[in-house]
Amino acid sequence: MNEFLELTLSGLSLGTIYALIAMGFVLVFKATGVVNFAHGSILLIGAYAAARLQGDLGFWPAVAIGAAIAALAATLLDVLIMRRVRTSEPTTLAILTLGIDIVLATELIRRIGSSILTSGAPWGSEVVRIGNVVIPEARIAAGIVAVIIIAAFGVAFRFTDWGVAMRAAAADGRTAALMGIRLNRVAAGAWALAGALATIAGVFFTSFPSPGVDNATGLSALAAIPAAVIGGLDSLAGALVGGIIIGLVATYTAGYQGDLAFLGRGLSDVAPYTVMLIVLLFRPSGLFGEQKVTRV
Amino acid sequence: MSERIRQIPVAGALAAAALAAVLLVAPLGLSGFWLQTGLFAMAGGIAAIGLTILVGRAGQLSLGHAFFLAVGAYGYCYLAGGEQIPGVEAPAGLQLPPAVALIGATLLAGLAGAIFSPIAGRLQGIYLGIASIGLVFLGQHIMFNATGVTGGFNGRDAVDFSLFGLRFDDSSGTGSGELTKLWYLGLFLLAVSAWVAHNLVAGRPGRALEMLRDSEVAAATMGVDVGRTRATAFLVSSMFAGLGGAFLAIVYGRIVPETFGFVLSIEFLVIVVLGGLGSVNGAILGAIVVFGMPQVLSNYADSLPLVASPGQGGVGPTQLSRYLFGAAIIGVLLTARGGLAGIGHHLRARVNRRRADPVPTPAP
Repeated sequence: MNEFLELTLSGLSLGTIYALIAMGFVLVFKATGVVNFAHGSILLIGAYAAARLQGDLGFWPAVAIGAAIAALAATLLDVLIMRRVRTSEPTTLAILTLGIDIVLATELIRRIGSSILTSGAPWGSEVVRIGNVVIPEARIAAGIVAVIIIAAFGVAFRFTDWGVAMRAAAADGRTAALMGIRLNRVAAGAWALAGALATIAGVFFTSFPSPGVDNATGLSALAAIPAAVIGGLDSLAGALVGGIIIGLVATYTAGYQGDLAFLGRGLSDVAPYTVMLIVLLFRPSGLFGEQKVTRV
Repeated sequence: MSERIRQIPVAGALAAAALAAVLLVAPLGLSGFWLQTGLFAMAGGIAAIGLTILVGRAGQLSLGHAFFLAVGAYGYCYLAGGEQIPGVEAPAGLQLPPAVALIGATLLAGLAGAIFSPIAGRLQGIYLGIASIGLVFLGQHIMFNATGVTGGFNGRDAVDFSLFGLRFDDSSGTGSGELTKLWYLGLFLLAVSAWVAHNLVAGRPGRALEMLRDSEVAAATMGVDVGRTRATAFLVSSMFAGLGGAFLAIVYGRIVPETFGFVLSIEFLVIVVLGGLGSVNGAILGAIVVFGMPQVLSNYADSLPLVASPGQGGVGPTQLSRYLFGAAIIGVLLTARGGLAGIGHHLRARVNRRRADPVPTPAP
């Protein structure tokens, strides 16, 4: 029972990290209709910059600068490349981001090489005991930070002008533009925010119990894509739920690996994708996604 | 269609004949390295034809192509292999004749595509693309763990191909004998695949797919069964991938799970975008570029500036080709939508001094 509690708590924490990544994914999709496969590379840019800078600057300033760099990189991608093909089909846009991802990921992986860069988070490998339940501090910190960010984000999305502009642009771009909302600015803002969210997620993702930023970080961040899809690509609340589902599934399958041995080794890597396929089988638009029905 | 056939200029027919002649005598003059590279490109070309039909014609994105190559490759090894040598533990197999196994592997990949059809038929475009990522990871998990069939991490050997007692191995002792025979086998398979694909896209199925891509509603109104047609496109595409994968296994001689990862799926997407979405010939050209470039770069790494030999620091051949592929995708999608096929078409149109029929419209 203790084990189950421990796994559940760290699964929830991992889930909020996935949720941060998935929210960036959804944000970009809602604002620009782009399924952004370069999201993993943007995360890696931020996490890599933060890990590189933390030695000189300390942890929090490094994270802030890393987030700023990732936000800038994401904005540049939108302004320089994606803006030029705004009206293309989603498939074309997605392939374009894959091309961008190939270039970025190759360069980052080449720079990282075989080294592992620690995130330098202040909580290290300490654990907290509550009764018989043992949880790493890093996981608690990740959960708290993620919840604060998600809450702030939800409030901003609902009550600020920026949030209204975002929602209007997503609901009906044409009308929003006629109402004086600058779609390009909304789009660039969404990309920037996605980059910053991804960096914060990336820093936690590479903190304890993970050894640090290595050349596989981008690929493991790919597991946030199932999170976004499970929730529904166009639903921010869905991204949160999807992230938590993926976090729990990944943690349970890793924790109970011994009991699940008949399903093979490395199950926790593949479980998120399996859950995604099962969900898609029953709900092609995800759990909270808008179902488009065409009547003729 | 018949008008189009009559329009083929004599020059074009001559060029095709010359190309065929060159390809047929090529093994006599090429070294083993180039033959090997050519064989990879042929395997890639066969598989890429399937993807270009799916993405370019049907407008359905798939990032799971590597999975179906894997089904074909392991399917061939399983159906043809399984010879147990006492004292050596080997993965199971059915020991069928290799030619039967090759066909069986293609059908097996089609079966895998059919099993996926509840998802492939219902999801549209980009959504299918994301869902199909799941297949790649699921496939790798199975390849690593189903050791009885796949050999697990270490992979398994592929049986040499043979047909009517003619073995495609090195028995003649000329060194490149195996590669030469495989070259002709590859050419044959590629030609058949291209022929089937051309007929498919030029005929009723191709028109149904294009209509579905451009407007689901219009297609449904004209009597195209949307779900079924999508699922069929996916199935056909996975069969091409299966055949390509099986041939790849024969060329490699040994297959390991790592070959069939997410990266391979993306490479195939590079191939079809570079070649021009929807163009069968373009897919073959793209496969030559994408499978050939890393080989060429690493072969000439010493004499090229900026390229480091493997193991040194700096930009290696694999990385350099990655940069080029990524840049090529961005460049093609931003500027020249038709890809290599489109460029070829423009050149030909200019040479002919008249408007040739338009390039197969890439997925918008």
